[in-house]
Parts: sequence; structure tokens; C-alpha cells
Amino acid sequence: MKTKVSALDGWFDANPERPRLIGSRCGSCRSYFFPKETFACRNPSCGSAELADVALSATGTLWSYTDNHYQPPAPYVSPEPFVPYAIAAVELADEKMVVLGQVAHGVATADLKVGMRMELVAETLYSDDAKEYLVWKWTPAARSASPARSRS
Amino acid sequence: MSERKVAVLGVGMHPWGKWGKNFVEYGVAAARAALADAGIAWKDVQFVAGGDTIRNGYPGFIAGATVAQALGWSGAQVTSCYGACASGSQAVSVARAHILAGNCDVALVVGADTTPKGFFAPQAGERGTDPDWLRFRLLGATNPVYFALYARRRMALYGATDRDFAKVKVKNARHGLENPYARYRKLVTEEEVLASPMVSDPLRLLEICATSDGGAALVLTSMAYARKHATDPVTISAVSTVTPRYPSTVIEMPNFATDSAAAVPPPPVAFRDSITAAAYAQAGIGPEDVDVAEVYDLSSALELDWYENIGLCPAGDAEKLLNDGVTTIGGRVPVNPSGGLSCFGEAIPAQAIAQVCELTWQLRGQATGRQVERAKVGVTVNQGLFGHGSSVVVQR
Ligand SMILES: [Zn+2]
Repeated sequence: MKTKVSALDGWFDANPERPRLIGSRCGSCRSYFFPKETFACRNPSCGSAELADVALSATGTLWSYTDNHYQPPAPYVSPEPFVPYAIAAVELADEKMVVLGQVAHGVATADLKVGMRMELVAETLYSDDAKEYLVWKWTPAARSASPARSRS
Repeated sequence: MSERKVAVLGVGMHPWGKWGKNFVEYGVAAARAALADAGIAWKDVQFVAGGDTIRNGYPGFIAGATVAQALGWSGAQVTSCYGACASGSQAVSVARAHILAGNCDVALVVGADTTPKGFFAPQAGERGTDPDWLRFRLLGATNPVYFALYARRRMALYGATDRDFAKVKVKNARHGLENPYARYRKLVTEEEVLASPMVSDPLRLLEICATSDGGAALVLTSMAYARKHATDPVTISAVSTVTPRYPSTVIEMPNFATDSAAAVPPPPVAFRDSITAAAYAQAGIGPEDVDVAEVYDLSSALELDWYENIGLCPAGDAEKLLNDGVTTIGGRVPVNPSGGLSCFGEAIPAQAIAQVCELTWQLRGQATGRQVERAKVGVTVNQGLFGHGSSVVVQR
């Protein structure tokens, strides 16, 4: 079995049981950032260097969504043949920010509705001979209670 | 400052298309056309501002000098500007500032591009800190993905339909039909738009702007110079190049997330609304004064967002404005009489300049086959990646 690793170190905790996006939070004004800010808070009234890693909310509300019917150019690593996928923009309530992610495999735009509850999952983005590279994805929250549906 | 205006003495374009030539050739053709239109010799140009292209190697990063050298070194001062899709208005802004500061009387603004086929892809190499690279790697988020997110949001918030979006394309195709500089000059029906392949739901192939080759140029002069060389020239009364205010709460290409509004409330005027608001304030006008507009219709649906962002109607009313024919030539405030990106495709550094060319022809009454009657005030709006607002107010 291949080792599962994050497709981009430091951006999210790929723990399959409980994946979380890793952002940063300003110790001074309490603003959140994703991806992480490493050297200064971007609130123009703040600018503090006191930034700490923080796990962002794993659920949110669907702000909008779409999909890709054509294969994107590199550096996207596409399976052959290309498999269309949906993309979601999800609003996190506590952080008051919208975060993009692909939508979990097997969920199509017809399954989505603006305003619905979404949650984070970790899925394979691509793999090579040794490893599977995981990325965060969004999926309708209700799905977590039941086994994943197949759309084959 | 006594005078805030500069004159547009000449405009010129090289037709948009997929010609496959060196971008410099388009830039030179557009520059020569603008100089001829102004009746000014190249050697009388004192300042050259180029809009850069990042897809044509080193000459593209210094586009002002590249075009100046191709026209023949004349000792003119030069600058080259990059602001993604807003590069052209960055060049306009710098040229105008030099004129208003008294540093020169005659400036040439030029932008040209040669583009590859297909989706815009990020610069090559492994670049794990560049959001424009990472959005392709981690999300496969092409430009149409972002346009489609806005389109779907419009449908959810305001009840916009596929048919509304298709009507924008139908309108722009009709507007651009007689425009000799447009790449696509063919009428389409709603049915043809709706039958074209889905690219990113809900946007179809005919609703997403292509990438094109093309070139556009302006000859800008001080008002004092213009008074000696022309009667009643078109003028530029405002240029806005504003950036967003923190926190910017609309997801923007190529970002993964918006700013957080958890600690600081969103600004009273959102970024896209602030772009023309700044231009109107500079020109001392309001959206009710606008007779014609050129807006950045990267997608059919995005044109509707712009109606609201530039103040033509309240949020949620754009579909009504479109369906009532207000934004069609013959209506109260025609939008994209040139045919817009829908008929041109995007030649990045030339596009914001081309918007000013079109409004200049409109205000002069020279827009054959697409003329907006009695237009006195025109506005352009455009937005470049990474927070580049762009708007120019043109008056006569
Ligand atoms: Zn802070």
C-alpha cells in the first residue's frame, strides 16, 4: 500500500479521520488567514508578526460551486483519461472567510445547492509509484453519516 | 492642480485574432495607427508607456522600450507597466500623470500580446509559494472556474438564468458584428449559446472569453498642446487604479480564500464597486451621467455583475436592465458596443487600452455600424489579477 502524504506540506492536516485546513491567526487583532501568513498580519491597522498556526473550521456553508468539463493545464496532475470534478467555495462561520476546494469524488454539481452545509474530507489528488498525495476537498455534510454514494 | 484632464488625440488598433506573429508587430501597427489618427509624428512623442506581456519573453517585460525601439529610437522617455488584465490602464495612468505633472506634452500608450492556445496556464516550474501555480496544482481551478463561481452565485442570489447569460452573448455578438477590429463577427442565437459545450457549470463555451492576439494604442497630450492641434478632442477625466480594502470578502482569482472578516468588518464599498466609484469621484460625475460603457466581460454572467458594480442599477437588477434593452445599442446606456471580450477575446496588455479606443470612437461619432447616439460620457472598467482595479472616464 502506498504511503499517503499531503500534496502540500503545511497547508492542511491530512489525517483521514479528521482533516483540517491549517491557517494562521494573528495574536494581536485575531484575524485569520488561509493559506498561512508567515511574517506579518495583513490587517492594515495591525501588521503584527505574532502569528500562530490554527486549524480552521471543518464545516461551512456553500457560497458557490462549479465544475470542470475540460482538463486543466499543468501543473494540474490529471488521471488519464481526465475525470471531471466539481469545485466548491465554502464560507466558514467563525472565520468569516470563503475557502475553495475540489468537491469529493462522485459528487456532481447536481448534488449541490448554494447555502447547503459542507464538510472537509481528505482525498487523493494524484499519486506516483510510491505515494498518494492527499488534498482537502469539500463534500455535503449529510454524506458523512452514510457510506459514499457512487455515481458510476 | 489647474487642469485634471488630458486629451486623447489619437487611437489605433491592430485587429484581434490568432495571427501567430510577434506581439511587437501588433504594437507597432497600433502605435502607427494612433499617431496617424492624431496627426503626430513618432519623433514628436516625448513619453512612451507600454503595457507588458508576460508570455513573450524579455521583450514583453519591457514592452514600452520594445515598441519604442521597433518604431526607431527617438530618445523619448519610457516606462513599462504590468498589472495583469489592467496593465493597459496602468500605462494610461502613468502617461497621464507625466502629462499632468508637466513632464511631457505628448505620450504614446501601447499594449500588444501574442497568446498561446487554450486555457491560460501559470508560468512554468515548481513554484510552491505562487498562488497562481498552486491553484492549478491543488484545485485545477482554471480562470473559467472563478467566473463560474460568480455566475452560480448570481443565480442563487438573484435568480439569474442560463437564458439571461446567453442573452448577454447574443447582444455582444450583435454589437461587434460590424467592428473591423473584432475577432469574432458572427451573430448567435440564445439556442446556439445554450447548445454550446459546458465548460464550467453554468458557463458554456460561447460565454467564456477566448485568448487573442492584438494591439491597441493611444496618443495622449496635454490640454494646452491639444488646443493647438485639434478642436473639441475627447478627453480622459479620470483614471482609477485602486486596490481592494481589507478585508476583501469576494473570492478573487487566483486566491484560495478570501480575507477573513472575523476581526475587521468588510469595507462599506466592496472592491469591484470601488473601482468606478473612485473614477467617478475624480471626474466629478456619477453613474447617472454615463452614456456608454465598456466592461470586462470575461464571461457573459460577469457582464451582469459589472452593471451593478459600475452603478448602472442596484444589485440584483442587472437581468432586468439587460432584458429591457437598456444596455443594447439604442438603449439608455449601451454596454460593450465594441462587442466586448465576447467578440474580441482577451489580448491582456492591450485590452484596457482597446476599451478607451472604442469609447473615443463612440464619442467622436466614428463607430460605424455600432454607434451610440449622442454619447458624451463613457466609462471603462476592468480588473487585473492580484487586486488591480482599472477604470477610465472619457468625456467630450
Ligand atoms: Zn493582526
